[in-house]
Amino acid sequence: MGTIAVERPVPRGVSEARRRRVVGSVTLVLVLLVAMVVSLAVGARALTPAEVWRGLSAAPDPDQRLTEIRLIVRTVRVPRTVLALVAGVALGVGGALIQGYTRNPIADTGLLGVNSGASFAVVLVIALFGFADPFQYVWFAFLGAAVAGVVVFGLASIGRGAGNPLTLALAGQGVTVFLAAMTTAVALSDKASLNALRFWNAGSVAGVGFDVIRPVIAFIAVGLVLALITLPALNLLNLGDDVARGLGVNIVLSRTVGIAAITLLAGAATAACGPIAFLGLMVAHMARYLTGPDYRWLVPYAGLLGAIVLLVCDIVGRLLVRPGELDAGVVVALLGAPFFAALVWRGKFKSA
Amino acid sequence: MTGTEVKASVTPGVRLGPVSFVWRPWVVCVTLLLAAATFLVFCVSIGVGDFPIGLSRVIATVVGGGEQVDRFVIMDLRMPRALAGLVVGVALGVSGAITQSIARNPLASPDILGITGGAGAVAVFLVTVSGGTAAAVEGSVGLSGAALAGGLGTGLLVYFLAWRRGIDGFRLILIGISVSAVMEAITTWLLVTADIRDVARAQAWLVGSLDNRSWNDVGVALWCTAALMVVVTVVAFQFKPLHLGDDVAAGLGVRYTRVRAVLLLCAVLLAGVAVSAAGPVPFVALVAPQVAMRLAKCPTPPMAASGMVGALLLIGADLVARTALPITLPVGVVTAVIGGPFLIHLLVRANLR
Repeated sequence: MGTIAVERPVPRGVSEARRRRVVGSVTLVLVLLVAMVVSLAVGARALTPAEVWRGLSAAPDPDQRLTEIRLIVRTVRVPRTVLALVAGVALGVGGALIQGYTRNPIADTGLLGVNSGASFAVVLVIALFGFADPFQYVWFAFLGAAVAGVVVFGLASIGRGAGNPLTLALAGQGVTVFLAAMTTAVALSDKASLNALRFWNAGSVAGVGFDVIRPVIAFIAVGLVLALITLPALNLLNLGDDVARGLGVNIVLSRTVGIAAITLLAGAATAACGPIAFLGLMVAHMARYLTGPDYRWLVPYAGLLGAIVLLVCDIVGRLLVRPGELDAGVVVALLGAPFFAALVWRGKFKSA
Repeated sequence: MTGTEVKASVTPGVRLGPVSFVWRPWVVCVTLLLAAATFLVFCVSIGVGDFPIGLSRVIATVVGGGEQVDRFVIMDLRMPRALAGLVVGVALGVSGAITQSIARNPLASPDILGITGGAGAVAVFLVTVSGGTAAAVEGSVGLSGAALAGGLGTGLLVYFLAWRRGIDGFRLILIGISVSAVMEAITTWLLVTADIRDVARAQAWLVGSLDNRSWNDVGVALWCTAALMVVVTVVAFQFKPLHLGDDVAAGLGVRYTRVRAVLLLCAVLLAGVAVSAAGPVPFVALVAPQVAMRLAKCPTPPMAASGMVGALLLIGADLVARTALPITLPVGVVTAVIGGPFLIHLLVRANLR
């Protein structure tokens, strides 16, 4: 492997590096806030920051125009922005964790079969029970995502190939194609699920209300807490299993907690937004570039970057094909795949 | 390992003018047996349907005799579908054998290298954007041709993106995965924006199907495949030494970069032809060479046998899809259901070894 190098303690530069990381995270938070404001303002009906503020504020106003603004901001833009924020954090943190736990620089929650598991579960319950409301099938999407993720992860960690980046990608691909075919089989025999599937499948943060977002936030919050707990152990695990064991890490426990966190994060985000591939992979690399390999910094950075990138992609999608919209998942893929290809091309990954 | 090498070096060679090859009776035997089995399943598949025809009558008709009624049902109605299955299966099998040999990875196949994804994106674009039904009336030759171009374009894109002082199998696969993802994103977007009736049609095409083939569709695929097979056969003799490594191959007088580029181009075209005729039928290109390799006991995928296994697999899967299931499904669903677990089986076995 050796692609994820372990930072050696450098006595003199430590405080300098720490200062840089703090400044960096403050900057990212500011960028995120700006992106959120822009996300509230941009769309089919563009609003000024002042209008956004008045739309958000609770001050009573009899003006008819304000009611309209309030409606747009509160029922459309705010849920959308919150979901992009939450899902972006979840996918970013999930991507960074999965790269850490698999010691695999091309690991991505989307490549894990999580997306296809969720799609399959969605069409299945729509075809079987006729669910039409996202609130009803979000749970099943979550379940499908979790099962597929665990299966792929398990398959890829059997035996010798566990350290090989290709193994995970291919296990994901195998499960994905299999599930995609089953999904198509169901969708072709049931028009309602075909229609639901094609919208859900693009990966979008739009059109979902707070009734869906609330349970998703709960899952993601649990996932984030688990992720934070496991970060110090993750640093040690990247020194190699033997060293980590020698330093007192319970390897099995720490891996289990880590996988649970990844599944919660990726599964919940996928359930709410549909499949968004490459986001986790992309921001994990950006975060590593910015912070270095310390996971206590890398993971929060990846979360912030994930939220920023998803928000920006959603905004770009709204601006690109006006008056229509390009789904955030499509924009992320169009951005992320070349990013990934560039990483491959620059020889960042070697076959183990 | 050394044992087999020594044994290989004493295997009798055959030399016919400029062509020389190793005479392996077992490989030839397996290939012939597979060809016979393919012919049998081909005939069974033709016989099955609303108007069942006995196997002996099918064979009699296929080889040129037969009664008037049988001739009409078989040659005009069922032959195009069966022949499409045969041609697509052979094309996918050989294409997979080539890509797996070049990437030196059993898991490299046109599906993973983005070729089928590119062809799919172009086809969905035609179905959904340029006035849906109008495109269909234009005849599927247009659609097939466009899909072929899409597959070829994507294949070349992957090849050039993966080129960096030569082609590395690992890089080829990873670039392929990422290009596939872009094509899928485009396809998804097209499906979202399209009319629901077009979506159903595109979706059925996207999963790979042999329904409603006409002699027209088959003709194009048949001639393209036949022409490509001639090229592959000629170049394949130069290809064998590549398994010994580039340096050895160069020492044996093989211009390996050129041989590899020509063969890869053939593989891409074969996959493109297959996709244009039947849609992106998944996993046949992956599974067939691996099965052929095991049957023929070869260290690398044997081309002819891979083609035969591919045809057997596709016609067999189509037969299952038409007869054994409660609802009629496209053949691609069946091959994916077989192929997904097979890929995982390969992966797990490779890891446990």
